[in-house]
Amino acid sequence: MLSGRRTQALRLRPGREQREVSPRPQAPGTQSQGLGFRPERGSRRFLPEVALAAQKEFRERCAQCDAVSWGLTDEGKYYCTSCHNVTERSKDVLNSEAIPNTKIQAINRGLKKRNKLEKGWDWYVCEGFQHVLCQQAEALKALGVGPELKNQVLHNFWKRYLQKSKQAYCENPVHARKRKASVLGSPSHADWESEPALLSDASGPFVESDGPRKPSPPSRASHSEMASICSGSLDGVEYSLRKEKGLVKMAMPTTLALCGLSLLWQREALALSDLLRFVEEGHIPYVNAFERFPEEMKLYGRDKGIFAIESWPSYEDVYRQMIDVATFLDLPRFPAITEDCYLHPNILCRKYLMEVNLPDEMYDFTCQVVKMAGIGEVDFLTFDPIARKGRTVKYDVQAVAVIVTVLKLLFLLDDNVEWSLSAIAETYNEENKEDKPCFDFRKWYQVMKKSFDEKKQKWEEARAKFVWKSKKPLYHSPIDRSVVYKRREMVVNLQKQFSTLVDSIPTAPKNSPSSFQFNWTEEVTGGTCFHGHSLQGILYKKGQSVTTMNSLYWLSTQKFCKSYCKHVTTYEESNFSLTYQFIINLFSFLLRIKTYSLHEEVSLIEKRLFKKKYSTAKTKSSRSRKVRK
Amino acid sequence: MSDFSEDLLRPTPEDDPAETSVRPRSGMCLPWLQKQVESVATRGKKEKDFAQTTSACLSFIQEALLKHQWQRAAEFMHSCLQILEDSDSHKRQAAPEIIWKLGSEILYYHPKSSVETFNTFADRMKNIGVMNYLTISLQHALYLLHHGMFDDASRNLSQAETWRYGEKSSSQEALINLVQAYKGLLQYYTWSKKKKELSELDEDDYAYSTASQNMFKHSWKTSVSFSALVQTPGVWDPFVKSYVEMLEFYGDQDGAREVLTNYAYDEKFPSNPNAHVYLYNFLKREKAPREKLISVLKILYQIVPSHTLMLEFHRLLRKSDKEEHHKLGLEVLFGVLDFAGCTKNLTAWQYLAKYLRQILMGSHLAWVQDEWNSRKNWWPGFHFSSFWAKSDWKEDKALAYEKAFVAGILLGKGCRYFRYISKQDHQDLRKKFKRMKKLVKKHSIVNPGP
Repeated sequence: MLSGRRTQALRLRPGREQREVSPRPQAPGTQSQGLGFRPERGSRRFLPEVALAAQKEFRERCAQCDAVSWGLTDEGKYYCTSCHNVTERSKDVLNSEAIPNTKIQAINRGLKKRNKLEKGWDWYVCEGFQHVLCQQAEALKALGVGPELKNQVLHNFWKRYLQKSKQAYCENPVHARKRKASVLGSPSHADWESEPALLSDASGPFVESDGPRKPSPPSRASHSEMASICSGSLDGVEYSLRKEKGLVKMAMPTTLALCGLSLLWQREALALSDLLRFVEEGHIPYVNAFERFPEEMKLYGRDKGIFAIESWPSYEDVYRQMIDVATFLDLPRFPAITEDCYLHPNILCRKYLMEVNLPDEMYDFTCQVVKMAGIGEVDFLTFDPIARKGRTVKYDVQAVAVIVTVLKLLFLLDDNVEWSLSAIAETYNEENKEDKPCFDFRKWYQVMKKSFDEKKQKWEEARAKFVWKSKKPLYHSPIDRSVVYKRREMVVNLQKQFSTLVDSIPTAPKNSPSSFQFNWTEEVTGGTCFHGHSLQGILYKKGQSVTTMNSLYWLSTQKFCKSYCKHVTTYEESNFSLTYQFIINLFSFLLRIKTYSLHEEVSLIEKRLFKKKYSTAKTKSSRSRKVRK
Repeated sequence: MSDFSEDLLRPTPEDDPAETSVRPRSGMCLPWLQKQVESVATRGKKEKDFAQTTSACLSFIQEALLKHQWQRAAEFMHSCLQILEDSDSHKRQAAPEIIWKLGSEILYYHPKSSVETFNTFADRMKNIGVMNYLTISLQHALYLLHHGMFDDASRNLSQAETWRYGEKSSSQEALINLVQAYKGLLQYYTWSKKKKELSELDEDDYAYSTASQNMFKHSWKTSVSFSALVQTPGVWDPFVKSYVEMLEFYGDQDGAREVLTNYAYDEKFPSNPNAHVYLYNFLKREKAPREKLISVLKILYQIVPSHTLMLEFHRLLRKSDKEEHHKLGLEVLFGVLDFAGCTKNLTAWQYLAKYLRQILMGSHLAWVQDEWNSRKNWWPGFHFSSFWAKSDWKEDKALAYEKAFVAGILLGKGCRYFRYISKQDHQDLRKKFKRMKKLVKKHSIVNPGP
């Protein structure tokens, strides 16, 4: 018998064949053929519970080899798993309603369970998350991330998560506990006892509905019917009630945290802020990711709260989740972040200097600051969830903070010095038109302010126009269904009506994903690119070294908060100079983070740079610094 | 009818005050502002970005509407529609009204919009949430009327009139009455057109009898439409006026009187000067006794002392036999002239001048002093400044003359206004002036110096 689901699965996943090579140890006697596969391929491993169920139901000895070990062919006939002899007995006979065996019903759920409520498959919440992760991994692959991310790293993290959260790959998984009382063939348990160590396991590719198949379906004929009143998934209600100490429960932001961890593991050229921005721009499925679940996976009730989210992921939130997940999964030290990694501050600084149109020469200064602050060290940068509990670097925020610090060193940003330095640069440029132009802060500000305001306006409009509601509406219970669908239809009709009033087609072509948000190439901007400008005007030679014209500095935070609250400092905008505000606003917009978290990061870098100042607790805010060249 | 059962299952009582607060007042009402204010209080929960999106979207629409950027407003409207699917049921139920108000505004002005588009929109909105069916129907009808589609509007109202949905709440009942009354108003319009045609026809004409029959049928239907609304408290001026006109036309004077008396005197109705005006005019047409007319205008005097009917009121009082009416007559005149809009009213000044003389001759000095005491510190500057003397003389000599006389009486001949006017040399008025001076000397309430 070929259930609808399996066909679908086959069509969706050409990689299934490989999956079967997964190094799960083979339990003798349970080897059977899966639904949808010919018995001739007996070497193939299959879901033990299926075979088990068949075995229990059909107890006659095999005519050829006398074994009692039956599997089901895709025509729904029994075959012997040891000699592959196919019997004439078809499952349909056994599977009539009169037979009180719930196991069989659980097996061919694809067909039998689709009753009047249009119920689809039985599925678990973790299966849903697996779909989401799969989609996200695919999207990342499409963005140019290496394929190992999906098949190895994320897959392993996910398996490890399922194991740690006792959902699969473990003895006595959560789903199975319920049916523990019922007498079941114990050999099936042997299957899970010796799961391979995850990270050393070069197992098959990460495929949808792989993991969750492992938990054997509990005897759920009555149970699922009850659950289905409140959720489409089998364990939606249980899942939302599940609260255990130390358990990191999957939620939509956690999927991004897992992606973020995998990216970090692979040291991909994609910072967390980029990941979240791609999510926001719709390049990575997140909001309404459930839309792309197979049609038979019905979602409603509690599933709505789990999968339908109406908020964008926030940097802080996902960042914290990343640490939580990593700690929960007990992950070893991540691959080292060395100087040639994208996430190294020097490289990120270079990227962000380009992004905000600052001269390349500033790179030397950022490198100096990184070195002096000691934030370029491998040990400092590499994430080690166990050794450095709950601490990791916000690579992108930190790099940006370094740039802010450098800007403060060069221009002070007190609404005064930067403008007088600009005047000097301006006269220099007028007098020396042939030379490499000197960086004029005022000009840069004017250019940036304009582009930034435009960009922000566009961003705000896009956010206001964002369509949250799925094309596939979710309802609380099947009773609501028709109402919800009718409402959906209404909205679609109204939308159609209003879109005819709009000149340009509202579905403007999505801009292709890019790690840069601004483009400063000369052809586009017409001479407003500052990359090639020099910093001559604001430096002077002093013997062997070069010193900045500006010899002053002020600290973003004079005194750090020492109480037990989580924040180290506060950011009250009006206390700071307008230029500083602009810079902070600009950068925090680029990273889509809150202004105070960038301010905090700047303060932390200053804390490392000016350790002495803080330790002597002097509040002198002026300081000179020599820069060697 | 494809309404959402959910709206019936959970009719939130909180809906009603919000609805009524936005509905009846004409002029600018910005429901989205209210909603935004509401959304600030989020019951301690972190606000979802969905709410952020919708409120940002609403403010973009607001901005676009204020700037008359219909195109842009329509663009945002496209995504704003998702508030109809808000998972917060309270917000979701408030959504259709917001959508209707914004959408109808956009469709009213949008260059690409047409009556058809508007009709489709209105029909769709009527069926999202039963609570708005009547309001939208009514506004839809008004829109059609605005576009001169009389028959469509009428059809629309008939449809709304017969609409029923389960147990209608009390607010809905009032709305049904209003819909009916509007229907009646449209019928009245046809009726009065017919009446005009009829008046142009000869009574012996063949067509006359059919036309008059037609009219009769109409009036009967209309009176049914009006009567329900007129019973409910409210300000229904145009309806009452048309209703009374029809009743009177068919000789139902008692009915008309009852309607008007009820409209003017029922305490449940909000205070409405027009109610008394209508009643007064009706009674006047009926040639009611003076006493009765005075009692009607007395109430009007209390509500609007500057009403144009006050001069008529004064005349009635003057003609009355009772002394208290005479005193009131003086009060009324002073009252009228207290208002800036009446300062150049020649008749009022004429009446006052004449009446002052009459009263002082009748030796009721106390009455005048009573009125004057409260005004003596502001009337001189308000009416009798030298600026007014000059401009009044330039603009209207008759007015200046009357005012000068009053000024002389009230302030004595030393007052600037009187002095300025009396110094003017004008041939025609010379005689009059002489008389005026004499009278002032004789009657002025100000004692000439010792």
